[in-house]
Amino acid sequence: MTPSTDVAAGLETDALLDDPEIRIVVCCGSGGVGKTTTAAALGVRAAERGRKVVVLTIDPARRLAQSMGIDRLDNIPRRVEDIEGDGELHAMMLDMKRTFDETVEAHTDAERARAILDNPFYQSLSAGFAGTQEYMAMEKLGQLRARDEWDLIIVDTPPSRSALDFLDAPKRLGSFLDGKFIRLLIAPAKIGGRAGMKFLNVGMSMMTGTLGKLLGGQFLRDVQTFVAAMDSMFGGFRTRADATYKLLQAPGTAFLVVATPERDALREAAYFVERLAAEEMPLAGLVLNRVHGSEAARLSEERALAAAENLESVGIVDQAAGKAGLGDPADPVAATSPETPESPLSPEHGNEPSTHEPPQQEPHEHDRTSDTPAPHGRGDKSSDPSGPPTHTEADRHDTPATDTASVQVSVEVSVEQLTAGLLRLHAERMQVVAREQHTRDSFTTLHPEVLVTEVAALPGDVHDLAGLRAVGELLATGSASTPAGAS
Amino acid sequence: MSRFQVVSGKGGTGKTTVAAALALALATEGRRTLLVEVEGRQGIAQLFETDALPYEERRIAVAPGGGEVHALAIDAERALLDYLQMFYKLGSAGRALKKLGAIDFATTIAPGVRDVLLTGKACEAVRRKDKQGSFVYDYVIMDAPPTGRITRFLNVNDEVAGLARIGPIHNQAQAVMRVLKSPETAVHLVTLLEEMPVQETADGIAELRAAELPVGRVVVNMVRPHLLDEDALRTASGGRRKEIAKALTRAGVTGSAGLVRPLVTQAAEHAQRVGLEREQRAVLAGLGLPMAELPLMGEGVGLSALHELAEEFRKQGVGDETADAAGQTPRGGRPRGSGRGVGS
Ligand SMILES: Nc1ncnc2c1ncn2[C@@H]1O[C@H](COP(=O)(O)OP(=O)(O)OP(=O)(O)O)[C@@H](O)[C@H]1O
Ligand SMILES: [Mg+2]
Repeated sequence: MTPSTDVAAGLETDALLDDPEIRIVVCCGSGGVGKTTTAAALGVRAAERGRKVVVLTIDPARRLAQSMGIDRLDNIPRRVEDIEGDGELHAMMLDMKRTFDETVEAHTDAERARAILDNPFYQSLSAGFAGTQEYMAMEKLGQLRARDEWDLIIVDTPPSRSALDFLDAPKRLGSFLDGKFIRLLIAPAKIGGRAGMKFLNVGMSMMTGTLGKLLGGQFLRDVQTFVAAMDSMFGGFRTRADATYKLLQAPGTAFLVVATPERDALREAAYFVERLAAEEMPLAGLVLNRVHGSEAARLSEERALAAAENLESVGIVDQAAGKAGLGDPADPVAATSPETPESPLSPEHGNEPSTHEPPQQEPHEHDRTSDTPAPHGRGDKSSDPSGPPTHTEADRHDTPATDTASVQVSVEVSVEQLTAGLLRLHAERMQVVAREQHTRDSFTTLHPEVLVTEVAALPGDVHDLAGLRAVGELLATGSASTPAGAS
Repeated sequence: MSRFQVVSGKGGTGKTTVAAALALALATEGRRTLLVEVEGRQGIAQLFETDALPYEERRIAVAPGGGEVHALAIDAERALLDYLQMFYKLGSAGRALKKLGAIDFATTIAPGVRDVLLTGKACEAVRRKDKQGSFVYDYVIMDAPPTGRITRFLNVNDEVAGLARIGPIHNQAQAVMRVLKSPETAVHLVTLLEEMPVQETADGIAELRAAELPVGRVVVNMVRPHLLDEDALRTASGGRRKEIAKALTRAGVTGSAGLVRPLVTQAAEHAQRVGLEREQRAVLAGLGLPMAELPLMGEGVGLSALHELAEEFRKQGVGDETADAAGQTPRGGRPRGSGRGVGS
């Protein structure tokens, strides 16, 4: 299936992966768009093209992690087996708390490290402060790069609500860790002694007083102990965060923005593209993930629906069971419907077989979805109560509720109904294709300069190496697709 | 039916949309609901196509039968300043604190404080009564943080009570917990029929239960209609292609020979998806929770689609139960406009 495209230029994924100058690829984008899968697929492909690669994943799906052998949270890269060719793939899953702990341990003596790690405030901060994960992802990236053991580091970014959190959160935490406020907390006397700082001093005592009352004195003491223990490290935190930031601006880094062809995701992608430009960070291109296409695109939605209706109007003459073979047997709403085929509420329903959802779809998605849970199809499709039952229901792997309603047996789907079903399915697909095309056009108008590659929507989940290889192949070929979209 | 309805779920599964539809559905028959958001994203305003919500409760929609949906975007910083004002009469000193970064510290860095303030404000709305002693809102619906953070968000009491062992924040945290752990509260999880969100839902339920937080329904969102089932497909791929080509031609489709293969391929993909969805449904059924199901709106979700989704909830009996499950003052329809404006 080749999704349609009218973008001017394509992203050359293989050229990017093969480029020895490129040392870091960052996959970013809003939540749920497939960043982790993209990062892992790029890793597999780069390794099988001969490079020595490490992939840093964040929150991978369990089965994906298992298939790569990185479902243990030990915070070190593991070599992935079964990679073909001379390259190597290493992968790891970020453990944010552990990374924080290790950073503390690496930058202070054992006694101080213990004091910090035991501090309740630190424990809360390292386990869950919004932004810690982003900060630690950057920290880990810096560490991996410093080891210089890999040709290429591919990083996934945390599943933040907005693509931009990845850039902003480390700064926020960094500015807290060596910010004015926290310095005031530990050293009010020092600062207050200086001329011109009287105001701060007054503000300070009032503030610690207030916060103390509000949070309880113990909490403030915990913070103060923590800050005192961390004091020696603050400079280090800031320095390394700055260094990693610079690394992201370097020519050896390439950003890939991942998005699905949906409004929200592409809006985030557009923000991110703009932000990267403002930060002078190198954007390689956009990965458009889960794109729908159709090889039968020359048959438009309208024509498909018209043809389906033609067939169905033939069908009512000799095929009573208009909905044979159609419907969702597992629909719980319909399945619990009191209706049974044996007790029709009205004659026009008399011959409906035991299917559970309206099979006769209205031409417009809108209309169609609004009556999805209704237990009946359109009555006009079933006007011949004596028609032969056309479909076997009883042997399906249905929910028990459905089975009890499925005593009436149908034998065969008429070719008209089958073909009409295929046509309606196609019409639905074409509607999706058109909607996605529209959303993409809005993005392209805004950012015609961004190179794009497309990954077709796969019907199933990606959770093994073969799946990742397939996605890698799509990433590499997605920019060369022939226009085949809605005509 | 619990009066405090918390809507969580994996990111992007439709939490905001579902919370809004639920607020509309529960507002029928003259009821009054409050829809709150806590992440500062103005998702509700976008959805209802209104201007950004201020830190103030205001009516954003009316429901069939004269009900009203009010909305509030809770802002932790403003909530904190309100508390400070309330307890300490801080006045303009609040601004000085803000300058120093103290407010920022308390609401974004100090672990848990922010969440205490957010849940605290919501619980205050749940318990608020008017002069006659009846609840100002029949239901409060929260567009909550995603599954990965929901338990920690709601269970923040433990942590904060541990950190801030005395003081108003401590007391506040405990009061909130009493509401959250009672039958007055129900936490719903939104999911899609896909592996990751279903997995996350299962994990989330386990976590909520471990924390003794009351789990409500699983809401399956964006359910796609199924047009063809696997049996029909098997028949199709099994040697009826010529017949299908003829049928296509009869129906007026030109060049039908070349279309059969891609059409059948699409049907195969569809069938595979249906199969996967069925697996995920089975997993969800195994969770033993009441379910609700919302269809995929093909044109996206605007105001009218939102009303359709609310209608869908009503059809499935969501909200039929009266709001007195927790033994609180029951109230049916109430005269409109009797609630006082709050929070402004
Ligand atoms: N039933 C539905 N039919 C069609 N589209 C839907 C449906 N429910 C939600 N959507 C769409 O899915 C997208 C995500 O929905 P929404 O913003 O409600 O999710 P969310 O879970 O709140 O996301 P986030 O995790 O970012 O807060 C929106 O574009 C919304 O319009
Ligand atoms: Mg939301």
